[in-house]
Amino acid sequence: MTIKLGVPSKGRLMDKTFEWFAARGVTLERTGSDREYAGAVGGIENVSLILLSAGEIPNELAAGRIHLGVTGTDLVHEKLARWDDLVIPLQELNFGHADLIIAVPQAWVDVDTLDDLDAAAAAFRARHGFRLRIATKYHRLVRNFLKEGGVADYALVDSQGATEGTVANETAEAIADITSSGETLRANHLKVLSDGLVLASQATLWRARTAQMSDQDRVTLTALEKMLL
Amino acid sequence: MSTQINARAQKLAKATALRRFFEGQGATPVEPPILQPADTLLDLYGEDIRARAYVTSDALRGEQMLRPDFTVPVVEMHMRDGAEPARYTYAGEVFRRQEHDPKRANEFLQVGYEVFDRHDPAGADAEVFALFAQTLKDLPLRAVTGDIGVLMAAVNGLDTTAPRKQALMRHIWRPRRFRKLLDRFARRTPVPATRTALLAGQAASTAPLIGLRTKAEIDARVAALQEDAAAPPIAAAQVDLIEALLDVREVMPDALSQLHDLAIDMPQINVAVERVVAREAALRARGVDTGDLMFETSHGRSSMEYYDGFVFEFRAQARPELPSVATGGRYDALTRELGRGDAIPAVGGVIRPGLMLELEAAR
Repeated sequence: MTIKLGVPSKGRLMDKTFEWFAARGVTLERTGSDREYAGAVGGIENVSLILLSAGEIPNELAAGRIHLGVTGTDLVHEKLARWDDLVIPLQELNFGHADLIIAVPQAWVDVDTLDDLDAAAAAFRARHGFRLRIATKYHRLVRNFLKEGGVADYALVDSQGATEGTVANETAEAIADITSSGETLRANHLKVLSDGLVLASQATLWRARTAQMSDQDRVTLTALEKMLL
Repeated sequence: MSTQINARAQKLAKATALRRFFEGQGATPVEPPILQPADTLLDLYGEDIRARAYVTSDALRGEQMLRPDFTVPVVEMHMRDGAEPARYTYAGEVFRRQEHDPKRANEFLQVGYEVFDRHDPAGADAEVFALFAQTLKDLPLRAVTGDIGVLMAAVNGLDTTAPRKQALMRHIWRPRRFRKLLDRFARRTPVPATRTALLAGQAASTAPLIGLRTKAEIDARVAALQEDAAAPPIAAAQVDLIEALLDVREVMPDALSQLHDLAIDMPQINVAVERVVAREAALRARGVDTGDLMFETSHGRSSMEYYDGFVFEFRAQARPELPSVATGGRYDALTRELGRGDAIPAVGGVIRPGLMLELEAAR
């Protein structure tokens, strides 16, 4: 048995993760061709690297098929109900920063808070005959957030990409999306509500609560955590 | 496995027996479909229902929900082609998505009894409650009653602007939001700096207007905010009265005397309080010991329901972790909402036979 470490399989998130581990004496690398999702681990024995899409890592951790995993807080909170029963955040990695926010058109000078959004939504529904639409792919997080904030008369519409464009395209009136710098929002004439931060996310190292371990795995995990944390 | 099959058979038998009992009281048995059109439920409850109900879909009918309760389809059926007065009963599964507590069932049996009657609302309230109390009399349960109509009357009678009352009424089932609005209208909370700037005309935007919400809608809201800022705050004494009203939590005789006291300073609740008085008499006439029956003004406010008058709940005293064994209430507004211009006073409730069996087995 080995300790299985799940890491995003491509892009900046993978590169940054590899760098973070390397700085702590654990080398991660992809092996084989560029298209093959196989990896190798150096600097410690009995750890294997599993390359996965960042979006699959929460479920793999929850199912205990990997012991450790790197992925964003946003994905863990969205995909796992009662996430704190399933995974433990070991360390925030200080990259992959992204905030899940609620944004509305800049021209809505009357809307700056959730309170305003709720009032605007009520008037919008009365006028247009349907609920004010908010485009997002983070349905659960956004719904819980708006419920906590007491916002009613809105509808979530699914948007898996180019969410900032949905308002101009008139398929939504507002959006809830991940933003890192806010530039895309500004370019699309949108602004963040002053109390519209749903979640501040960053790449985080998680440990599965339920993954099975042999005695040797436990020793390995302790050694690995000592190097990393 | 066989114990599971047995347990299910027992629950079904219990559900059938309860439904028969209600049929014996003159109720017509009805069987609404399990798949319900999602639109109706979304229109009623908003997006929050998605956290409670399972949604599915096909290319022909679009989004459907596994029925999260029977009341909505029963009301729709009655409003379409029901004769008056009417009594209905049903027994079957409802489905509730669970995201927080894995111990809560996501599929369970409900047996219900619903009364559509224009003539004697107090009598109908008492009839439903008394039948439920009779059905549940051998179990260690505690009943709590309330009446959302009292709070609604208090809000409607506030000495303030119509838009403020509308905003408070809209959030009557969201206690925290209601509280925040009340504090804002009473100027108990500071005005956000952005709001001050907007009211001073310093919040212009040069950004192009995108999306369906028009300039006229934005201007209308700014005008409404300006009007609101010019209106005097809701008087502190009135807010205190609303708070005192929400704090009423006593056995029926004491609750009634508190409500009568409050009605001296809040005459707008008189009619609603008289309804509570009439119901108390009707309950006593049906043999309910109201001297021991709890009344809470704020009961039923946070359960995202459609109740707008009498509400009640039976819970296991020694098992606070269990969901309510039975709940119900009056939902006149729902019949208006679903009746396409028609409306009829209606009251009803549901029992969970599975929980009854669990409590019976524990004794």
